[in-house]
Amino acid sequence: MSITPDTTDATPDTTDTTSTAASAPAPLAARNLDLAYDQRHVVADLDVEIAPGKFTVIVGPNACGKSTLLRALARLMTPTKGTVLLDGGNIAKLKTKQIAKRLGLLPQTSIAPDGITVAELVARGRHPHQSFLKQWTEQDEVAVLTALRATNTEELSSRQVDELSGGQRQRVWVAMVLAQETPLMLLDEPTTFLDLAFQIDLLDLFAQLNHEHGHTLVAVLHDLNQACRYADEIIAMKNGAIVAQGAPAEIITTELVHQVFGIECTVIDDPVTGAPMIVPGKPKKTFADR
Amino acid sequence: MKTSNSPIGDAPVLVPGHRVLPGERINFGRPMLRAFGFRIDLRVVVTAGIVTLLALGCGFLGLLLGEFSLTPGEVFQGLFGQADRRIVNTVVAEWRAPRIIAGIVLGAGLGISGAVFQSLTRNPLGSPDIIGFSTGAYTGGIVTIIVFGSSFVSTAFGAIIGGLLTAIVVYLLTWKGGVQGFRLIIVGIALTAMLNAFNTWLIMRADLDLAMAAATWGAGTLNGMGWSTLLPAAIGTVLLGLGCGLFSRGLGTLELGDDTAKALGVRNEPVRAGLILVAVALVAVVTAAAGPIAFVALAAPQIGRRIAKSQGTSLLSAAAVGALLLVAADLIAQHALGETQLPVGVVTVCIGGIYLIWLLIQEARKAQ
Repeated sequence: MSITPDTTDATPDTTDTTSTAASAPAPLAARNLDLAYDQRHVVADLDVEIAPGKFTVIVGPNACGKSTLLRALARLMTPTKGTVLLDGGNIAKLKTKQIAKRLGLLPQTSIAPDGITVAELVARGRHPHQSFLKQWTEQDEVAVLTALRATNTEELSSRQVDELSGGQRQRVWVAMVLAQETPLMLLDEPTTFLDLAFQIDLLDLFAQLNHEHGHTLVAVLHDLNQACRYADEIIAMKNGAIVAQGAPAEIITTELVHQVFGIECTVIDDPVTGAPMIVPGKPKKTFADR
Repeated sequence: MKTSNSPIGDAPVLVPGHRVLPGERINFGRPMLRAFGFRIDLRVVVTAGIVTLLALGCGFLGLLLGEFSLTPGEVFQGLFGQADRRIVNTVVAEWRAPRIIAGIVLGAGLGISGAVFQSLTRNPLGSPDIIGFSTGAYTGGIVTIIVFGSSFVSTAFGAIIGGLLTAIVVYLLTWKGGVQGFRLIIVGIALTAMLNAFNTWLIMRADLDLAMAAATWGAGTLNGMGWSTLLPAAIGTVLLGLGCGLFSRGLGTLELGDDTAKALGVRNEPVRAGLILVAVALVAVVTAAAGPIAFVALAAPQIGRRIAKSQGTSLLSAAAVGALLLVAADLIAQHALGETQLPVGVVTVCIGGIYLIWLLIQEARKAQ
């Protein structure tokens, strides 16, 4: 990527962005949050603050409430008690269109209408910025082009979404969320169902969006090692409660992994990045060994 | 570049290297007209224009043909009441024109309401004639005729109430923490069958004159359409059609799934409820004027979509094709069997039946 010299308010210096952001209040937080599906309580009395300008990853075993928490943070789910605060304001009281200008979401499942092209799908991300009499402006054009370029999907723009590979398709959905131009992005299991190469590709893209575009990202991920590698901050959840929150190097220990996932493991330094890396303990004996 | 009020809102929106130069354009892969805050898909507009011209052509043919055969010159004179023979004025302006205009306007209305419901249910089978809203509107109409006698306005209100009640019942029976398209269709088909039985019972109980009127109307017909019925129906259809147009951005975004739509700032349930309300009213007004004409609402959006190769639902294409289908079907209904005039509903059922079989085969293939 080349750096154009005439950037005015774009700050290529990422450390600067992070340091100013660190003093800012949490862009997204939850207070005394109770979440339930019908009568089944999933999350009880949870407090959390999302660090500004960071890439936060929520991890935990299946059914620990991590996706439920993300849905509540994205106002897709109404809490039975407590509040979600967006930039300090109660999200339940804000207009959904105003929220959509600040908070973007990549849901677990989205539907691409039959025959829709990449450019048209990404253009739908402009919805919160448009109105009936202002359906397409120069800003929309610029935002969509930027999103296509940032996700490396510009050359696919006239292709139909349903004929793309899984990895390409996920990039296009990310482009749609980017076109929304929100400083905050929530990603619900973005790498599930992708093969390893696409997972890494996508996580690199998120890291780049975080470092270079200054987006605050919150993702739910399944792979603990990927979380350690990419996250600035990890939130470890179990049974609907947060067990630990902090930088991977500070919180990921043998004890925590045992406590959260119930597995024996050794934590070593990742030979490539130096981040903590989990090596599960000896596999159980096979029948033949007994 | 933009900034927002968020504490982290000063994040650079554009990244160096991804800079967009002034005048750079997205390649949509198809011609787009960008002007006055709109982006218009040229293929959609051009195909809709051509289809509309064809519909007008059929309409003109309808003005020419009939027991009382006219020349094109006489038709034009008749339309403006300038013909030398008084009878020509009457035939053109009073007998034939209302019927043609009804075909075009009501057909467009059916196309739009079909497009709305197919989009909301995300299923080409989810049109108001399949999921019971037309039948429900018809029930409301019959009840009104039996109780209050037949005037268009009261019938229309009866039809709207019948259609809305049906929609509410279908919605409630389908509701399971949200409405899922396929469930809605199955429930709708079941309710249609029950309502049809109820309609038959109502007609059998009514006295002969009313029963005859209700039965002809029940097949869906433009026979005997006059200005007194057409005017209120056409005004209602146009207004409600424009109402659907106001919601069309929300409709297109809802097609991406509820979570994505909400994340993009759509108020899902109010928008959906508003669309259902307006589209049910649209079907009901058409039904009150012409009876439950089947299959136009089912087929028009799909045909329109294929011709325009539109992205998602295009209400404009659906309206144009609906107009053409109904006007053309009515032309056949009027003239195919010589002296005998068929109700247009019989023709649409015949053509639509073939289409429905093809559609079911397509859906079954997709499901495999």
